[in-house]
Amino acid sequence: MIEFRSVSKQFPDGTLAVDDFSLVLPSHKTTVLVGSSGSGKTTLLRMINRMVDPTGGAIEIDGVDIAGLEPVKLRRSIGYVMQNSGLLPHRTVVDNVATVPLLRGVPKKRARADALALLDTVGLERSLADRYPSQLSGGQQQRVGVARGLAVNPNILLMDEPFGAVDPIVRAELQQELIRLQRELGKTVVFVTHDVEEAFLLGDQVVILRQGGRVAQVGSPTEILASPADDFVASFVGADRGKRALHLESQGGRDILVDSEGRLAGVLTGGSRPGEADPVPGSGASAQGGDSR
Amino acid sequence: MTWIWSNLDFIWDRTLDHLVLSVPPIILSFLIALPIGWLAHRFRLGRGFILISVGLLYAIPSLPLFVVLPAIVGTSGRDPLNLVIALTIYGVALMVRVVADGLASVDPDVRLSATAVGFSGWALFWQVQLPLAGPVLLAGLRVVAVSTVSLATVGAVIGVQSLGSLFTDGFQRGIEAEIVAGIVCTVLLALAFDGALVALGRLLMPWSRPARPTRSSAPLTPGPKALGAAVHGGEAAK
Repeated sequence: MIEFRSVSKQFPDGTLAVDDFSLVLPSHKTTVLVGSSGSGKTTLLRMINRMVDPTGGAIEIDGVDIAGLEPVKLRRSIGYVMQNSGLLPHRTVVDNVATVPLLRGVPKKRARADALALLDTVGLERSLADRYPSQLSGGQQQRVGVARGLAVNPNILLMDEPFGAVDPIVRAELQQELIRLQRELGKTVVFVTHDVEEAFLLGDQVVILRQGGRVAQVGSPTEILASPADDFVASFVGADRGKRALHLESQGGRDILVDSEGRLAGVLTGGSRPGEADPVPGSGASAQGGDSR
Repeated sequence: MTWIWSNLDFIWDRTLDHLVLSVPPIILSFLIALPIGWLAHRFRLGRGFILISVGLLYAIPSLPLFVVLPAIVGTSGRDPLNLVIALTIYGVALMVRVVADGLASVDPDVRLSATAVGFSGWALFWQVQLPLAGPVLLAGLRVVAVSTVSLATVGAVIGVQSLGSLFTDGFQRGIEAEIVAGIVCTVLLALAFDGALVALGRLLMPWSRPARPTRSSAPLTPGPKALGAAVHGGEAAK
């Protein structure tokens, strides 16, 4: 469990990146911090492995205040995956994955064997092991990044917009892969993104941030969509418009879902009509198909 | 031509002299420039001051330097050490800026992610920054090597035997073939150094070669940062 207690961060130039932020990130769940640029989401993420130290408040991991931990040691115990993979260009794929275990003093032979096994875990062929990162596609690099993040079998995995720089098809693939991995491994994942769709897809808990690292709303995707805390959240998640604002129309005896612009979004195949039993509108759970992305 | 054939031993000996004079300054200037360049890279405020003052060393004319050095270092006037020191100074003057630029050429994202996964400051420098600065360092070192080989000929003027001795001797005695032989051997030696450094670079930095296309997929990111092309071809005549 990671807990933020009234955490603030003011940078030397005076910018208040995070203001009195409190949150509990439950273990074995994925928490997604979502916000536009300037919302302090990356700063919050980097506070967890002490890349950034707060100027006020405290952060605890499993009840231990991390301010008292040695930063380098702390970082080696937490997985970190970033945009553009952040791989070391002068090391081969397998050496990149083995980087942190080697820093922690694991014997070279074992570190490499473990790294090869991790390539399997993230769905990469072992034949890529001796390539350099520049010889891989963007999606492959990102998978190596995830493998590196998992290499020390950390409890916590920090992911800073890891899929931000790959094309939409590969991104969708990587997202599904992460969902699969998370089902198998059950890490405490902290995921930063500016993409609401991605946040709702991956997050057990979604935190919507407004400027200056202030929480606009915390909840499950369903809770946030069903009852946005305010207009900011409603507009941020797009609950009031486009393909999120669906209504039912009857057509030839079937219920079809139509979005606010009159486009067909899907067919209602199960569940019940609003008003009959399920009072939650637009939970999206029973709508299928028609995603126009 | 006949002069060359009958003096092959002499030419070979001067080539060896030249080699022995050139290698230490190249290695020393790299080793000395490394910490100074790191300082210039690390401390923004000192950067300009360090780079300019070290760069100015290159402006010292070589002959007066040879005159002054024995007095400063305490060597005798004809000691080859004078030449080695002078060449090292010129090498450092070129190399410090290269080191600072090379360290600055390392992708900040890579540095950031290396820190994030737990490289300590020391490990970060030796295992990440220095190797990644390698291509730029190599480009700079090639210039230093070629420039050092060329400058070492000046030693002949102060009585230190080198390929330059073929120039001075050839002038005094009016033997054109000897001068030409000196020039050709200097150029060949410079090329040999350059080739050796390129080969060393290939060996130490296999990752810096252009990426092979992968069979399975798709767009390759461009290879490591283009080397400081500007540093090339700047062979300094002094």
